[in-house]
Amino acid sequence: MEFSMKDFWNGSRRALARAITIVENEQDGYEEIMKEIYHHTGRAQVIGVTGAPGAGKSTLSDNLVKFYRKMGKTVGVCAIDPTSPFSGGAILGDRIRMNDLTLDQGVYIRSMGTRGSLGGLSRKTADAVKLMDAWGLDVIFIETVGVGQSEVDIVKNADTTLVVLVPGLGDDIQAIKAGILEIGDVFTINKCDRDGADRLNVEIEMMLDLGEAQDWRPPIERTIANEGKGIEDVVNGLNEHRKYLEESGLLEERRRERVRTEMAEMIHDRISRHVMQEITETGKFADYVERVYERQTDPYTVVDSIVGNIFK
Amino acid sequence: MADKKIRVLVAKPGLDGHDRGAKVVARALRDAGMEVIYTGLRQTVDQIVEAADSEDVDVVALSLLSGAHNTLFPEVVEGLKKKGMNDVLVIGGGVIPAADIPGLEAAGVKAIFTPGTPTKDIIDFIKANV
Ligand code: B12
Ligand SMILES: Nc1nc2c(ncn2[C@@H]2O[C@H](COP(=O)(O)OP(=O)(O)OP(=O)(O)O)[C@@H](O)[C@H]2O)c(=O)[nH]1
Ligand SMILES: [Mg+2]
Repeated sequence: MEFSMKDFWNGSRRALARAITIVENEQDGYEEIMKEIYHHTGRAQVIGVTGAPGAGKSTLSDNLVKFYRKMGKTVGVCAIDPTSPFSGGAILGDRIRMNDLTLDQGVYIRSMGTRGSLGGLSRKTADAVKLMDAWGLDVIFIETVGVGQSEVDIVKNADTTLVVLVPGLGDDIQAIKAGILEIGDVFTINKCDRDGADRLNVEIEMMLDLGEAQDWRPPIERTIANEGKGIEDVVNGLNEHRKYLEESGLLEERRRERVRTEMAEMIHDRISRHVMQEITETGKFADYVERVYERQTDPYTVVDSIVGNIFK
Repeated sequence: MADKKIRVLVAKPGLDGHDRGAKVVARALRDAGMEVIYTGLRQTVDQIVEAADSEDVDVVALSLLSGAHNTLFPEVVEGLKKKGMNDVLVIGGGVIPAADIPGLEAAGVKAIFTPGTPTKDIIDFIKANV
């Protein structure tokens, strides 16, 4: 299929789907697409959904999407699953929990592999979200891979982050505290049909008390996602947080910060690509490696001279 | 430019509950470096076509052991065409009698893989045909 921006702006799903493919693979023309759509982004409400593997992120997202649809919103979902570091392949299975949404023309779901990124998202997630935003979706959910404690890139990409926890993991809460507890704007204790929800609730409250006091105290909701229970409470929590973001000016602050990190990353990418290309193509890099390996020189001196030469 | 990854939708149309073969194939394709979208059991033809469209896949791989392949496989091919996805490679597998294969191929299913097929054959076929 030939891709055309005209189809994209006319609301063709085929064109949105293809645009994401082009950008995800950095195929020819991807930068032109991003340049053209950028001005039309920033309208959508972006919600991150994160939590341990199997916590119920997809099942919950499925229910949340249905709820927002009832409120008349169009919804996008960007569902991330891990790419195998060995083969580079991936099984993307989040859609299994979202089959009811497949035929709804007001919903667009896209599965993505992490493709080497370690922060719980893929490097192109932010761009896929921008494409969905510009295409006109009102609310966009990003489901991260099942995270442990360090995969917290979601906060850089979402306006509001929903952290999904499950009872019965015992002391595991101690292990995850450092990472994902700190990024939650709203919490939900999912699988409340199991024992231990009260205890987990207390533990989360305690963790929150330990942190610096802030204007926003994350609410802790309770859900049984596979029975559709507690969804409205989560939506209320998300909307409350949205209101807080807008009224406090934090939304602008977060989005400005996003622009800053995104540009810093792009500059970093571009420069390192340029430098590596320069020194590998000329064969200099292999020489340097050999000389450092033989202890004829050291990496610090070499890097000084390589970088110094390029940025004279 | 990064290599374009091959994206495959592995789908089980109809009421057939045999999912081992589909899972074996999904894993094999992942291990061959492809991105496999698996949507689970009991998909309608419309669901398969919509998912293929949204996910912009290169391959739709249908698995069926119930005997309904002669109706469902061609319907998927037709549905994809209606969406303008003429360049998607459609293949199928499962318990499919040899006598049905020419008809399915004529309907636009590019290849059929029956029980006992080494997964390498499937991988090679996909790589040679996308
Ligand atoms: C295991 C099995 C079951 C298990 C399924 C477990 C599961 N979760 O999958 C259970 C016990 C649940 C089961 C139940 C039934 N089964 Co059963 N089952 C089998 C059996 C013995 C093996 C299937 C299997 O898993 N093979 C292993 C996998 C790895 O092989 P495969 O699926 O064939 O996949 C390979 C290829 O076909 C190909 N392939 C498969 N899919 C795809 C997809 C793509 C895209 C590609 C490229 C390739 C590809 O690649 C794979 C690797 O080589 C077969 C007989 C047989 N020998 O095939 C009968 C069989 C499939 N079952 C049969 C029947 C009738 C039933 C029941 C209706 C029985 C009943 N009366 O209750 C129920 C229906 C269940 C349902 N809801 O649909 C019949 C189907 C008859 C037909 N098609 O006309 C068979 C053929 C047995 C027979 N000879 O009668 N079954
Ligand atoms: N008992 C119970 N099971 C649930 C609940 N919510 C989800 N599940 C089940 O938990 C399993 C995992 O759910 P998913 O939604 O796939 O979880 P996930 O967090 O998206 O999983 P990954 O994406 O693999 O990390 C499924 O079998 C769900 O049906 C719940 O509230 N109670
Ligand atoms: Mg999931």
